[in-house]
Amino acid sequence: MTAAAVEVRDLRVKRGGKVVLPAVSLEIPAGSVTGLLGPSGCGKTTLLRAIVGVQRVESGEVRVLGDPVGTPVQRRRVAYVTQAPSVYADLTVRENLRYFAEILGAEASRIDAVAVTVGLTEHLDTRVASLSGGERSRASLAVALLGKPELLILDEPTVSLDPVLRRELWQTFHRLADDGATLLVASHVMDEADRCDHLVFMREGEIIASASPDEIRRQTGKDDLEDAFISLAGEQ
Amino acid sequence: MSVKNTLATAIRVLAQLRHDRRTLALVLVVPPALLTLLRYVFDASPGTFARIGPPLVGLFPLIVMFLITSIAMLRERTTGTLERLMSMPLAKLDLLLGYGLAFALLAAVQAAVTSTVGFWLLDLHTSGSVLAVAALAIANAVLGMALGLFLSAFASTEFQAVQFMPAVLFPQVLLSGLLAPREHMPHVLRIASDALPVTYAYDALSRVTSGQSGARLWLDLGVTLGAILLALMLGAATLRRRTA
Repeated sequence: MTAAAVEVRDLRVKRGGKVVLPAVSLEIPAGSVTGLLGPSGCGKTTLLRAIVGVQRVESGEVRVLGDPVGTPVQRRRVAYVTQAPSVYADLTVRENLRYFAEILGAEASRIDAVAVTVGLTEHLDTRVASLSGGERSRASLAVALLGKPELLILDEPTVSLDPVLRRELWQTFHRLADDGATLLVASHVMDEADRCDHLVFMREGEIIASASPDEIRRQTGKDDLEDAFISLAGEQ
Repeated sequence: MSVKNTLATAIRVLAQLRHDRRTLALVLVVPPALLTLLRYVFDASPGTFARIGPPLVGLFPLIVMFLITSIAMLRERTTGTLERLMSMPLAKLDLLLGYGLAFALLAAVQAAVTSTVGFWLLDLHTSGSVLAVAALAIANAVLGMALGLFLSAFASTEFQAVQFMPAVLFPQVLLSGLLAPREHMPHVLRIASDALPVTYAYDALSRVTSGQSGARLWLDLGVTLGAILLALMLGAATLRRRTA
């Protein structure tokens, strides 16, 4: 078994007085594309934010790539793409990329490279405000790719994307993983589960399964991963 | 802290302003237009205009930059760009200084335009140098920026952020001595006035434009700079790497 890129131990998080994550423990294999799947509101985003180190936590430990999160060094190694595109709408895609590249210390040549990766080459000089929703998400993804992160955390990156593009993005994710990066992709769409090397099923703040798709099929005896989720949720 | 990141942030903020031509035009046109309006409102009492006109050249940037910064910062918070920056290797101070640098530059241009209109076209007089007035205008802009930045943390919508201007700045301007001399105010208001930063910012402008110097001017400058630093530190404290 390869080393874990993310180790979470007894993580407890409260938001607005409510316990969102009671006691989550989790390991994510390095160099994999891991899918974090669960219904909307089950705590996926909170877990991702804790792994990035932007979530205030009650207790527990989060280690990324062997070290605690939230240190200046870690902020270079981990990139996070929020569900809502966090880019400046009043700037062009290129201006956004140029600014974030400067902050990340990425070379200027990365700007064109990431634009190719997310398929925004023709929109480099378009203001983000004039882009479609899917294009904005890709602009936000492009920013995360600038610094060649070792761990890339994506919150619902393929929502509202054209199926062709969605497939291309998943291919990109696997290419990044082949190059040694670890990807953690949250989604509430079960049909993305089969595109992952490793799956984490989450429901009501708890991890109900963490294994490869085939292992989950074997454990539950269900061929369809959605049926597997339902069967696991019943045991909870 | 890094000069490179501060400059990159300033350039980014200026690029945002450059794309927003209308805001830029309003920032540069409204203060001289208001000054001109004031000139004719006080047509029958030119003494009043001569007294309040010159300090106003330096007070406009305070108000404008306060508003722009509170909205800009609120946008950074609500669109998630602030959270993204906080997850990157960017020092909080670089972000604050980047904003400060960009807005100080804008304030310098604004003060230049307003001074040109005021001192040449509207016959305002300053006994101190126009450059000193411009320098104070820039200091006021940075003060406005720092206050706006700090207060934006307490606003969760644009409506609230905009209301902070009348709530926080107007009382300070009213108490600063611009409209009525502070000596004539009730004791309580006088004390309140002593405790507010705009009083010192206004007093410095008023002294420079009327050619007074001395210990009180240095106190004014010291308090204004101190207020800028304090507001920046409080502002930095509102930028959190980890949020609930």
